[in-house]
Amino acid sequence: MSLLSVRDLTVKFAMRDGNVTALNQVSFDLARGERLGIVGESGAGKSITGFSLMNLLSSPGYIADGTIQFQGQDIVNLPDAKMRNIRGNRMAMIFQDPMVTLNPVLTIGQQMVETLKAHRRLSKAEAEQIAIMKLRQVYIPSPEERLMQYPHELSGGMRQRIVIAIVLLLDPELIIADEPTTALDVTIQADIMELLLELCQSAKVGLILITHDLGVVSQMTDRTLVMYAGRIIEAGSTREIINDPQHPYTQGLINALPQQTAPGQRLKQIPGSMPSLTAVPKGCPFEPRCAFATDVCRSTPPEIVRHAHVEVACHEVNRLHAPQQEGQSA
Amino acid sequence: MTMSANETPLLELRKLEKRFELDQGFLETLKFRGGKFVREKRDVHAVNGVSLQVTRGEALCVVGESGCGKSTVARLIAGLLTPSSGEIHYEGTRIDDKSRHDLLPMRKKMQMIFQNPYASLNPRMTIKQALEEPVRYHNRALSRGDVEAKVADVMQSVGVDPSWMGRYPHEFSGGQRQRIAIARALTVDPEFIIADEPISALDVSIQAQVLNLMLEAKEQRGLTYLFITHDLSVVQHFGTRVAVLYLGSVCELSDTATLFENPKHPYTKALLSAVPQLKDDKPSHIRLKGEIPTPINLPQGCPFQSRCAHANARCMSETPRPLTQPDGSMVACHGVEEDRLLS
Ligand SMILES: Nc1ncnc2c1ncn2[C@@H]1O[C@H](COP(=O)(O)OP(=O)(O)OP(=O)(O)O)[C@@H](O)[C@H]1O
Ligand SMILES: Nc1ncnc2c1ncn2[C@@H]1O[C@H](COP(=O)(O)OP(=O)(O)OP(=O)(O)O)[C@@H](O)[C@H]1O
Ligand SMILES: [Mg+2]
Ligand SMILES: [Mg+2]
Repeated sequence: MSLLSVRDLTVKFAMRDGNVTALNQVSFDLARGERLGIVGESGAGKSITGFSLMNLLSSPGYIADGTIQFQGQDIVNLPDAKMRNIRGNRMAMIFQDPMVTLNPVLTIGQQMVETLKAHRRLSKAEAEQIAIMKLRQVYIPSPEERLMQYPHELSGGMRQRIVIAIVLLLDPELIIADEPTTALDVTIQADIMELLLELCQSAKVGLILITHDLGVVSQMTDRTLVMYAGRIIEAGSTREIINDPQHPYTQGLINALPQQTAPGQRLKQIPGSMPSLTAVPKGCPFEPRCAFATDVCRSTPPEIVRHAHVEVACHEVNRLHAPQQEGQSA
Repeated sequence: MTMSANETPLLELRKLEKRFELDQGFLETLKFRGGKFVREKRDVHAVNGVSLQVTRGEALCVVGESGCGKSTVARLIAGLLTPSSGEIHYEGTRIDDKSRHDLLPMRKKMQMIFQNPYASLNPRMTIKQALEEPVRYHNRALSRGDVEAKVADVMQSVGVDPSWMGRYPHEFSGGQRQRIAIARALTVDPEFIIADEPISALDVSIQAQVLNLMLEAKEQRGLTYLFITHDLSVVQHFGTRVAVLYLGSVCELSDTATLFENPKHPYTKALLSAVPQLKDDKPSHIRLKGEIPTPINLPQGCPFQSRCAHANARCMSETPRPLTQPDGSMVACHGVEEDRLLS
């Protein structure tokens, strides 16, 4: 049995001017100890995917269709009290915005102790000892002093690490990490990644890593999902996707990296921008920006099918994926 | 990048220091020492004697460990914090001792983009209202329709659908919000932008779009940047010079190409080695061992000493001063000075 199994997950937002679809039939599985990366355009629905898994979508957003099974249990229709027990305890999310987790009027110590005591029978002193240990694990220097500080007194990267420490407090089985290292410098990022990697390997924690850093995805994950306009457009082993991307969007993404262009030169940006949710084209969502689009791309949304070593949603993948594009080497 | 001696730098920081009080309440400062109560105040030494010059038209990138004082430097320059000591000069005029009111004309020339996209937009203002304000301010003669067209242009330039201008920030994703904040800073037509990790929240293709936009503004309007980031491939691409900060002081300052070809400070070397690579899956970075120092108790001697593989007795006791190297870079390291670091 897989740790997590998501089928045809569809999320909508009820808006003044009608419903918009933020997630469109998203399906994937995650085994215990497996590390899955989610990358994709800003606004593609990566964070919304995380919120849905945690059952934290708030109005006007709602799950319109699909199932989410966590250890064989359907959690879409779980009563609030049951879900609260799973959340934080067995699955936990590191939010993109640290202030979702952190309460500005409580000290770091108060919040960590409270979180622990909500789920475990511990004295304040015991809880503080655990808090200090977890802060040390995420490389916060002088953790004893930091416990007495308020979130606004800490640097962006420290806040991010404290959120990670809070998530680790209860030893969850599934961690959803939404851009967990964006505010960290590379040396600490490397240490935090090693810590997460270690948790996956020794404690068999399942990890969903949402990030735009392809280097991090490449070093951290076994499999990757590429999202665009609410859909999965490419899925497969991380190595295959990085070395030999099939979808024109994924190819464009890798080509846009600064390493692919000489310093100071214009970067190879993908022309145009992702359609907003109120204006998704009726065919392939990437079609308006795609150099390979044909009539069928304009009229029919592509199904996700197996191609080469990955799964990809593109009508033209056979034609397009002839020889390697130039400038692919790092 | 050379700086002619007679040209006034756009921005100059002189021995800038910032300390934050750690213990605010009276009771918290009481400590039991040697059998009696004493009052002991502790400070966070966030910035410790930073001296820097920014020349017109350059993009000075600031990199360094989380918590080393990058945002604090940015906030000091933007006038959001007052230095504990030291001076800030803008176009030859001292600005750190001026009142908010006296700084008003300066504020238009200088724009700041904040680190957290969730904090940079007013949650109660629609995107249209947020963008209209600066457009109006600078073109008082524009008609309503023209203002709206300009706002639509601005949104388009950062890849956000203009038909969403009536919506509130919470209806946008993190990256979309950050792009709007960047667009807002650019509409004011500033001459100097302080950008605190402006693109860390953006995916690669949007990063490319925003970096291209910022590069264009630099080339066409001669915009000057102080650019804080931890993404070294962005530094390499965008920066003309790089300042590496460690525990509130500059440990290496160099032009970008030199820094990447020939990093000298042991911390800079560790930093460059830790960049995750796309194609190899075996991380091979220089692990920094030892106790991570804290700005609450600054270490004696070199700030990097506790994690440095090359530290000796002198490093433990004497703080290294920044010294100019033959290739023009500045490095604060006894090991480099004594030429005893083998790379
Ligand atoms: N409350 C809301 N009302 C309407 N639309 C929303 C709301 N919250 C999010 N959206 C829309 O849902 C889409 C997906 O958002 P999500 O936050 O999942 O993006 P993301 O992939 O995480 O992007 P980023 O990389 O920028 O964080 C976006 O286009 C956003 O505009
Ligand atoms: N208002 C404040 N009160 C107390 N301490 C503060 C305050 N603001 C910042 N600090 C402290 O100053 C130090 C430097 O913080 P700063 O935000 O400048 O770091 P940074 O280099 O921007 O880090 P990051 O990369 O994580 O954003 C940190 O130790 C932080 O805790
Ligand atoms: Mg997001
Ligand atoms: Mg910062």
